[in-house]
Amino acid sequence: MVKEFISLTVNGPDFQDRKVTGQKGQTILEVLKDNGIQVPTLCHHPSMPPHGGCRLCIVEIENMRGLPPSCATPAVDGMVIHTHSERVVRTRKTVLELLLAYGDHNCLFCEADGRCELQKLVYEHGIREIPFRSTYVSVPKDDSNPLIVRDHNKCVLCGRCIRACLSIQNNGVIDFGGRGSDSFVTTFNNTSLKDSNCVYCGQCIQACPVGALTEKKAAGKAQAWETEKVRTTCTYCGVGCQMWLHVKEGRITKVTAVEDAAPNEGRLCVKGRFGYDFIYSKDRLTTPLIKENGGFREASWDEAFDLVANRFREIIDRDGPDAVAGVSCARSINEDSYSMQKLFRAVLGTNNIDNCARTCHAPSVTGLAMSFGSGAMTNSFSDFSKAKMIFAMGTNMTEAHPVAATFVKNAVANGAELYVVDPRRIELADFAELHLQIKVGSDIALLNGLMHVLITEDLYDKDYVARCCTGFEELKAKVMEYPPERAAEITGIPVPTIRYVARRLAAVKPAMLVYCLGITEHTCGVNNVVSCANLQMLLGNVGFECGGVNPIRGQNNVQGACDMGALPNAFPGYQRVDDPQAQAKFRAAWGREWLPEKPGLMLPSMLQGLLDGNVKAFYVFGENLANTEPDIHHVERCLQAAEFLVCQDNFPNETTRFAHVILPAAAWAEKNGTYTNSERRVNRLRKVSEAPGVSKPDWLIFKEIAERMGQQWPSCSARELWDNEISELAPQMSGIKYSRIEGDGLQWPVHDENHCGTSIMHKDGCFVCGLGKFIPVDWTPPAEVPDEEYPFTLTTGRRLYHYHTRTQTGRAEGLNEIIGEETADMSPAAAGALGIEHGEMVRVRSRRGEVVAKARLTDRVPDGMVWMAFHFREACANWLTNPVFDPICETAEYKACAVTVEKIQDETAAGRS
Amino acid sequence: MPHVKHDLQQKTHRRMLVCRGTGCEAQKAQVLYAALKAELASAGLSDEVEVIFTGCRGLCQMGPTVLVEPEGTFYCNVKAQDAAEIVESDLKNGTKVERLLFTDMKSKEKVPNYLEIKFFDSQRRVVLRNCGFINPEKIDDYFGVGGYQGALKALKMSPAEVLEEVKRSGLRGRGGGGFPTGTKWDLCSGQPGEQKYLICNADEGDPGAFMDRAILEGDPHRVLEGMIIAGYAMGASKGFIYVRAEYALAHQRAMKAIQQAAEHNYLGRNIHGSDFSFDVEIKLGAGAFVCGEETALIASIEGRRGMPTPRPPFPAEKGLFGKPTCINNVETLANIPVILTEGSDSFTRIGTSRSKGTKVYALAGKIACSGLVEVPIGTPLRHIVEEIGGGVPNKRKFKAAQTGGPSGGCIPAEHFDIPMDYENLNEIGSIMGSGGLIITDETTCMVDLAKYFLGFTQRESCGKCVPCRLGTKKMLEMLTAITKGESSLEELDQLIALAEDVKAGSLCGLGQTAPNPVLSTIRFFRDEYESHIVHKECPARVCVDLIRFEVNEENCKKCGACFKACPASAITWEKKQPAHIDKSKCIKCRSCIEACRFHAID
Repeated sequence: MVKEFISLTVNGPDFQDRKVTGQKGQTILEVLKDNGIQVPTLCHHPSMPPHGGCRLCIVEIENMRGLPPSCATPAVDGMVIHTHSERVVRTRKTVLELLLAYGDHNCLFCEADGRCELQKLVYEHGIREIPFRSTYVSVPKDDSNPLIVRDHNKCVLCGRCIRACLSIQNNGVIDFGGRGSDSFVTTFNNTSLKDSNCVYCGQCIQACPVGALTEKKAAGKAQAWETEKVRTTCTYCGVGCQMWLHVKEGRITKVTAVEDAAPNEGRLCVKGRFGYDFIYSKDRLTTPLIKENGGFREASWDEAFDLVANRFREIIDRDGPDAVAGVSCARSINEDSYSMQKLFRAVLGTNNIDNCARTCHAPSVTGLAMSFGSGAMTNSFSDFSKAKMIFAMGTNMTEAHPVAATFVKNAVANGAELYVVDPRRIELADFAELHLQIKVGSDIALLNGLMHVLITEDLYDKDYVARCCTGFEELKAKVMEYPPERAAEITGIPVPTIRYVARRLAAVKPAMLVYCLGITEHTCGVNNVVSCANLQMLLGNVGFECGGVNPIRGQNNVQGACDMGALPNAFPGYQRVDDPQAQAKFRAAWGREWLPEKPGLMLPSMLQGLLDGNVKAFYVFGENLANTEPDIHHVERCLQAAEFLVCQDNFPNETTRFAHVILPAAAWAEKNGTYTNSERRVNRLRKVSEAPGVSKPDWLIFKEIAERMGQQWPSCSARELWDNEISELAPQMSGIKYSRIEGDGLQWPVHDENHCGTSIMHKDGCFVCGLGKFIPVDWTPPAEVPDEEYPFTLTTGRRLYHYHTRTQTGRAEGLNEIIGEETADMSPAAAGALGIEHGEMVRVRSRRGEVVAKARLTDRVPDGMVWMAFHFREACANWLTNPVFDPICETAEYKACAVTVEKIQDETAAGRS
Repeated sequence: MPHVKHDLQQKTHRRMLVCRGTGCEAQKAQVLYAALKAELASAGLSDEVEVIFTGCRGLCQMGPTVLVEPEGTFYCNVKAQDAAEIVESDLKNGTKVERLLFTDMKSKEKVPNYLEIKFFDSQRRVVLRNCGFINPEKIDDYFGVGGYQGALKALKMSPAEVLEEVKRSGLRGRGGGGFPTGTKWDLCSGQPGEQKYLICNADEGDPGAFMDRAILEGDPHRVLEGMIIAGYAMGASKGFIYVRAEYALAHQRAMKAIQQAAEHNYLGRNIHGSDFSFDVEIKLGAGAFVCGEETALIASIEGRRGMPTPRPPFPAEKGLFGKPTCINNVETLANIPVILTEGSDSFTRIGTSRSKGTKVYALAGKIACSGLVEVPIGTPLRHIVEEIGGGVPNKRKFKAAQTGGPSGGCIPAEHFDIPMDYENLNEIGSIMGSGGLIITDETTCMVDLAKYFLGFTQRESCGKCVPCRLGTKKMLEMLTAITKGESSLEELDQLIALAEDVKAGSLCGLGQTAPNPVLSTIRFFRDEYESHIVHKECPARVCVDLIRFEVNEENCKKCGACFKACPASAITWEKKQPAHIDKSKCIKCRSCIEACRFHAID
């Protein structure tokens, strides 16, 4: 669009007839601000639609009636504006005086003191007393929920919290209630937040210009001028939100989002905003621990390092290097994963290194590499809100990636079509044009069915397919076996719906495909992924803004852990360990004459290896395998069998119980480093707090073990590790240096230090591997399907308020209060048939184990399904899940196993057996 | 332009028209209607005399009313038990029931014929011509008075021609703003885009105003016809009637009308063989005055809280669901059919040079005949008050008229002859508004009047912008202080300054006009304000905090009227003795003051 410039004349407080220019389409306020002319505002917020309610940004415009608000009035060429005429200033002062008179604005008792916009405006307008006799009567504060305090007495009714909730986060939980001077901000039916649909993202707090909304746990921690703001990256999901840590004396007092920053554009979710304080938990590991007589005793680093080095040496000497295996942490920084895989390859001499991508997105890494040549999200989060068509499969985004979901909801609000494929009627389905409630594990049948329609109705992108892809004929032959009628039978989606969706997908270009673990956590995970890739190539959607195939990574640095080579088959940068060139490169770089060439074990095989005796020593870095892996009974037997188990963590957990030595590590916010988010963006993590006790950064622990085992590593900081090693060795990272990612991170591949990164991969259909490969795949059912004995399908996932096995969120004040226990989610009909009522205890049993949990009846779950998460130990879904794996990448089928449910008559019998 | 008389003279057969507007319905007109039917049946007159129910005829104070045609006999305050007598005496024997006839206010004589009642005779009914004379629930009745001819005529013209015709008529928005209707349509018609909307604003919310309700209740098809023509002219295929939920009868009759119009293909696809398709949907408002404001009304229809948004963008550019939208008031739309059927030339012959046509007023307050009246724009206030309304009763003097309800101002006696049009009213600090016209006499306290209206706007403020939400609150507190004698002249100046800030600073029309009643009464009755402030005295003896509630023995005629009126037994009185008020018992209800004809209570 061509920019059209306009010229305005402004008469301000200390200047006359100043000519300023702006662009057509800008508001008067935007033009004034761009030209450095200050106009007071209160209800205005740049990322929200204009409100026009506070009447502080009013101006006088010649030949225009009244005092229009500059925030909402379009600037028009030739306008003559008076920003501070007597009339305007007088009205502004009256507004401020009225606000002061009808509220309880005592700065002495206010959390917002020093950052309050009203305070600043009152001061600037020279108001030194309230001229009206005030009749205001205070009302009590609402602090009935664990996280957010609302003080109506300080509320100026600017509506910023309401717009933050509706326009930014798309939740619409709060609105104005009452009338006239009795107006107030409230929820639907004036309930407390606890009884509303509030998801505690806290966007309202961030939007509040005064002290009406504050973080409960920040109360009394610091005054605005006492804190330093340090930018960092969130430690939770793979979106990689940019946040300000407000730090006083080395302690985080609260967290706010960085406005205008990629990828989150000023947004956070409940975990990001309120989940920071786990690092201050009393449960933290503060010193190395060595197992002795069935218990743990404190030890010095020297002793611990000696023990680790000696035991590894012994075992390697005895059983060879491949008797050692390790799992790197997908929640820690790139530099840590890089160091761990280096320790394993260069020091221990084995490729037995993996990370928890194995349990989630290994099929994406493998499958997309097969189809496109690169196994990462093709597009960017910034595409989400701009997309016109979104096809979301197996992604419960509002809970697992809440900030990403806000952009999808924004897109829908802007008119985009959203199709949600999920066996549950997840919250995102409420925003969808259609919810395709497929049967668990029938994804390929649906995708093949859609492609059948596209091909038979001649709706696919023939030019793109011919130009950019290979294997079309083979694909065609395969999908011809899946006419919509067959797809309908397998998926449960009616034929006309399949046809309709296929036609819509073909009608709006580009369509964006987004998926998550609903696709990958199946025995057919890789096939599911390549099937998604097939669909998007057939539609000609890969390589364009708002298109592509977009797996959203679950953990903050699971992308990075893979990028860094914490994989059994690849050095950093996905350079294969069996590739001679890569071998030569890394031998040279690491100063080794030999590096292992045989791809190592994947995580499930490592565990099995412990049991079988192939693996003797096991190094678990920042993972809680005893809760996260399928069939906990089995996993614990494996861990129990380890000859030597090293655990390196922030907290003792269910896995560290089996350890022979536990190494205490610095946590998020206690170290510098980088995370790579789901859209391949390398973001900075910054240190603000000291690690407790003698805990060390993980990379330093690896470095010191290497030293004990005879290798001196040159890099002495995360920055040196990145700038001098990683960026030099991983071609995708070669243009990324710490100096370049002080602000927004860069999205790899970044070819050189002048390249600004890659927001869209496979641009215009030019795939990393040359031509995109159609890989025909067949639908296969889950390994275990319901039968008479186990009539329900158990499917698992994540809940909004918790993360992983709750080692972090379980220690963040307030989050546990919102959800304090696991539940078995069932449909009211299915529960009713078993005589189970909401909140009653049930026993859920599979062939592998059983758990006891409260039944939570919700019509979001289909009949015949039980849905559970793995956050809580007692009722962890993984007591039940099936340890069967994708044959290519060994990702387990967390999404489907067969269970039975029964009501527990005697509640005292509750507990796991 | 037909006068009300013509309509009546056309009727030849015998009919009884029972008003069943909301006012008469509240007085059990439905029971009366059934009783009349039953009596006619038992008298064997069912075939000869038709009983039909109608909408409001305007003289609500006299309801329920029954009009017998063709004689034009007009019965007032008729109850169900009167049915037998009317049938027996009048319809059977031709003797009018004297006691139920209208009594002229001045001569105190019975007026047997409807046409001789000054209240009706002095009006010029264009919009209301069918109200009270047809059954609003029968489309055939509307056809019988030429209904939908305007729409059919319009559909044979091009939209541009229709627009031109309406422009030429000089019709201006009757909701209060007075914006030229044709221009408004033109703004919407000129917008790009396929989907446009027309909204009929029936969210009448001014205290005392009920013309839109009466039109929708009494002649709903006329409004629909206006909407069809408007939709056709501006290219809107969908119309909404936004009516407040409290208007249950208007809602119900509008629904019936929509259904009947659809059955006769005046709504729906390809109306009467034309290319034009148009549907109308009713949206119920939850009774918020602010929803009369266009942008708030749109928000409400969209399902959001009824709160105004800054303009631009104007609804004509970006209105309902983001599409170009035109919002017209009920009365405005009800004017449209006649402009088409009788031509703009004929329409322009009524009214003034600047404002054409008629205006319907809801006449209320200290007036002998209150009700709904329609007069040419420019009719002097005196004519409305004295001729139509029968003047101020109880030998009291006209003090002022409040126009435009809570957004308007007052017209004092010195402007009694002012021709009522948009510009003249604006000049003296009032507005035409939607047509509320409240008459006051010397027993009305102007401070109290201003306080009443401000109390209304304060309650009805949506709370969005600070000047309206809190400014009106502060103003109300200041006015209350004045009525309690707790103010100062300095504070009066503060009040004026604040009122000006609220006017200048508010977001929408509600706040921008809310101070009008205050500023206008201060302008014309400053002495009354000063009496309250300086002398701690309410000249009209309305503000109870300033009344001593003592008997002035000089004035007291010892009649005992106050004694009889006091509900709290606070007054002692014996024959030929002045009364005495026991202040410990007095509840300051003012019953004594109202009862005393000699101003003997201070």
